[in-house]
Amino acid sequence: MPVEPMVVLDGVHKRYGDTAVLSGLDLRVERGEHVTLIGPSGSGKTTILRLLMGLEAVDAGTIHVGGRCLTHMRRRGAVVPADEKHARAVRRTIGMVFQQFNLFPNMTVLGNLIEAPVRVLGMSEAEATRRAAELLELVGLTDKTHERPTRLSGGQQQRVAIARALAMRPEVLLLDEVTSALDPELVAGVLRLLRLIGESSDITILCVTHEIGFARDFADRVLMFDGGSIVEDGPPERLLVEPRVPRTKEFLAAVLEGR
Amino acid sequence: MTGIWDWGYAVEVLPALLRGLQVTVLATLLGSVLAFALGLVLAIVLRARVPVLHRVVRAFVEFWRSTPLLVQAYVIYQVLPDVGITLGSLAAGVIALGLHYACYTSEVYRAGIEAVPVGQWEAAAALSLPRSRVWFGVILPQAVPRVLPALGNYVISMFKEVPLLLAIGLVEVVTVARQLSADSFRPVEPLTLAGLLFLLVSLPASILVRRMERRAGAG
Repeated sequence: MPVEPMVVLDGVHKRYGDTAVLSGLDLRVERGEHVTLIGPSGSGKTTILRLLMGLEAVDAGTIHVGGRCLTHMRRRGAVVPADEKHARAVRRTIGMVFQQFNLFPNMTVLGNLIEAPVRVLGMSEAEATRRAAELLELVGLTDKTHERPTRLSGGQQQRVAIARALAMRPEVLLLDEVTSALDPELVAGVLRLLRLIGESSDITILCVTHEIGFARDFADRVLMFDGGSIVEDGPPERLLVEPRVPRTKEFLAAVLEGR
Repeated sequence: MTGIWDWGYAVEVLPALLRGLQVTVLATLLGSVLAFALGLVLAIVLRARVPVLHRVVRAFVEFWRSTPLLVQAYVIYQVLPDVGITLGSLAAGVIALGLHYACYTSEVYRAGIEAVPVGQWEAAAALSLPRSRVWFGVILPQAVPRVLPALGNYVISMFKEVPLLLAIGLVEVVTVARQLSADSFRPVEPLTLAGLLFLLVSLPASILVRRMERRAGAG
């Protein structure tokens, strides 16, 4: 029996008002694969992450994560749209890091890291604190354990946010333009951390980014989005160097010119 | 001594007025606790869009805010006994104040909740935090400190409305002053002192609230 893909989107439609953001999108991501989503803004790439995280609901189509259906559930033999509780259970295997970090300012760095493991996974506070210490060491912020997030730089906040997502031991990690809100000199530290995580774990990673250089050496596969569908799909060393689709060529030229 | 102000009489009535003030303050504090707690529940029900319930709550808030506190106090004190609920003046007064002001505090909480960035909700959802923890661990600890000054202002205005409850027989400071005036035919001292006592409490309270506002603005 072949191994089931980690993430499967089947015919996913999503519209905001009159604007169709995704129209019948199909996507398969294998276990442990690192996929980078590129494309102009409004092309639907962030929407995919938000649908996977359950921050938005699909209009049509299905999403499976780890073999379990995120969008629908069985109730008395019938397939019905998933309710909050069902979605929350499936989402537990997914972590997300946001462009704006979104750390909880009313908690310390440690508080941010142990909140979900204690409240959601039922870990003891001692165990969660021990794991948090490991993660803070990984992201190089042990000395900030008891600080408030608002007292950290953007880069430090983002590294805490990455640690917070990892604290839930997700099988899938979603990275939504995690360096876009950072000052240029802070970007490298965050990208270095992500490379380290990518190399040292078997987490499946979906990453929306404008950092083409990072996409090239981080990803196993790059998806080029335009107008709500995938216009090109291939390994980074091919797609980013010799794009076959004119739209990809234009986009890459525009991005490289912008720097 | 027959001037317009008699110090001896003023000193004589002060203890009774102070006892009245205690009742006024007590009614204010209990009313505030009820208004803060109930207002929070109303705000959460409205924001969480609990089916059916949130429509009922919205209708209740609109209705209750558009009718006078005095009428509500009468209803609670005089009509509820007909359905078997008999309350003393203080209990009825506190409930009247609490319900009335809960409608206002719920709006204050709503503003505070809306000021919390949407990213906080999303981060909490991404961590699969249970709903109760999202509210009490993430959203409210950020929303409530911001609105404390606004809540404080409602406490002060509630304090100044307590004398309305003399209509349902609550013996608070103004009631005492009126009784003393009626007994002695000297209204100047008791009423002036009653007014000064209000000033003595609400002025420092206003200064405190303004200081909280400055701090909230700075934070």
